[in-house]
Amino acid sequence: MAPSDVAIIGTGLHPFGRYPGKSALEMGEDAVIEALADAGVEWSAIQALYAGSMEVKNPEAIVGLLGLTGVPGRAVFTGCATGATSLAMAANAIRLGDADIAIAIGLDKHPRGAFSDHPSVSGLPGWYGEAGLFLTTHFFGMKINRYMHDFGITPVTLARTAAKAFRNGAANPRAWRRTPMTEEQILESQYLNYPLTQYMYCSPDEGAAAVVLARADLASKYTDKPIYLRASTLFSRREGAFELLSPSLPLETAPSPTVFASQAAYEQAGIGPEDVDVAQLQDTDAGSEVIHLAENGFCKDGEQETLLAEGATEIGGKLPVNTDGGLLANGEPVGASGLRQIHELVTQLRGRAGDRQVAGNPRVGYAHLYGAPGTAAVTILST
Amino acid sequence: MAQQVPLAADLFTWPAEEPALIGGRSSDGKIVFPYRSHKLVGGVNEELERVELPRRGTLWTFTGQRFRPPSPPYAGDDTPKTFEPFAVGYVELPGALRVEARLTEADPDKLHIGQEMELRIVPFGTDADGNQTLIYAFAPVGAEEGHGDGSE
Repeated sequence: MAPSDVAIIGTGLHPFGRYPGKSALEMGEDAVIEALADAGVEWSAIQALYAGSMEVKNPEAIVGLLGLTGVPGRAVFTGCATGATSLAMAANAIRLGDADIAIAIGLDKHPRGAFSDHPSVSGLPGWYGEAGLFLTTHFFGMKINRYMHDFGITPVTLARTAAKAFRNGAANPRAWRRTPMTEEQILESQYLNYPLTQYMYCSPDEGAAAVVLARADLASKYTDKPIYLRASTLFSRREGAFELLSPSLPLETAPSPTVFASQAAYEQAGIGPEDVDVAQLQDTDAGSEVIHLAENGFCKDGEQETLLAEGATEIGGKLPVNTDGGLLANGEPVGASGLRQIHELVTQLRGRAGDRQVAGNPRVGYAHLYGAPGTAAVTILST
Repeated sequence: MAQQVPLAADLFTWPAEEPALIGGRSSDGKIVFPYRSHKLVGGVNEELERVELPRRGTLWTFTGQRFRPPSPPYAGDDTPKTFEPFAVGYVELPGALRVEARLTEADPDKLHIGQEMELRIVPFGTDADGNQTLIYAFAPVGAEEGHGDGSE
């Protein structure tokens, strides 16, 4: 049976970008205030709180800014999939009967540049970092390079993906990067990790997002357009999957965790990829979005080359992807990124997306996250 | 006098006439790299057999690293000013596994998937005792030996 017992009644966003002098918790506070106002509930009505952050050890300390109500507040973290986890845990608190109204919050404020840490945090030996291999970025270059070789994807398809992101960002008043770029500019920018150029990568940045959930039978009290949580899945990597931060890989290959998360989510929701009206796919880089189209069941490997040439993933196309500009135009505050996806899907499904609104009353939204150490999550929403 | 030492123990045989990467083999024939002493196999915590991995293989995929990795943890001898982009890839070692490694050829135009590659041990940085550290890398077969034997 589809878990249709939980509804989203409000969302809030602190736009992603750079905010010198403003803390991650303060951005989270703004996002929560917006989400509460959207839901029409008071802070004191929140009965469970799940907050995710990479840089803030105790993001649940946000209660100090919002009001000390004694609400059970818990921190969650699953890398880039954190937003899906905080949302799922808030929904589960409702399903278990612990709360009628719960909130999922994501907030982060990253220093500039590529993520860096000691390899031991990912269970890897120190020499791996000393040798300059403990980096997520080069994985994305290696994965798309192999994918292009196997399935005939060309660099122009990567450039089309990035150009679409910046076009959508330009139509989104709350996006970080709002300047459209041509495919030529994107292709001619410097390689960061061959074959990916500078403008094919997202950057770590700052921001927050929040989502208020309620028992479905109470949702109509708060909103005339509740958005139902139809599926929520998360899988770690399997033996043989080509994943980031792998000093070696077995010869026998296995699909990415995205494939398993996607198939399980479709099954949970009782729908298929053909039913999805608008999607948010993890676009750490342009190559990731291209690969994730196939891994999430929206096309076969290699079909992206023609699909993107036809504009299939544009806002006016048959499957609009990353309608708010995605990670490429918004950057990635890791703890908040997944809830930005949910905010955008809810905005689209409620028909409030303004210049970037998907036409024809979209009913089903799909969100996908992928990141270290090889974790993928899928959330499916519907009206 | 300063010596040449592997960046970490158990990475590759050293000193050796023909150095090889060290893997660990379990009773089901599967190989892991880097070597570790034990692993759960079918519910049993098995001790792994130390094995030398093939020195030659084919390039499975690759990319270029154009920016200096954040330091720490990166411990190369270079500075943000002297950093030279390098390439990294997975080399498929027949019958064993695919190993992630630096490549001695940094120009992506001179690399292609399927290319024959061979192991090199190359100078990398300096450790706390002033010794020169060595790491493993792979070079296109037929590429000049250069300082690849670590004898620089």
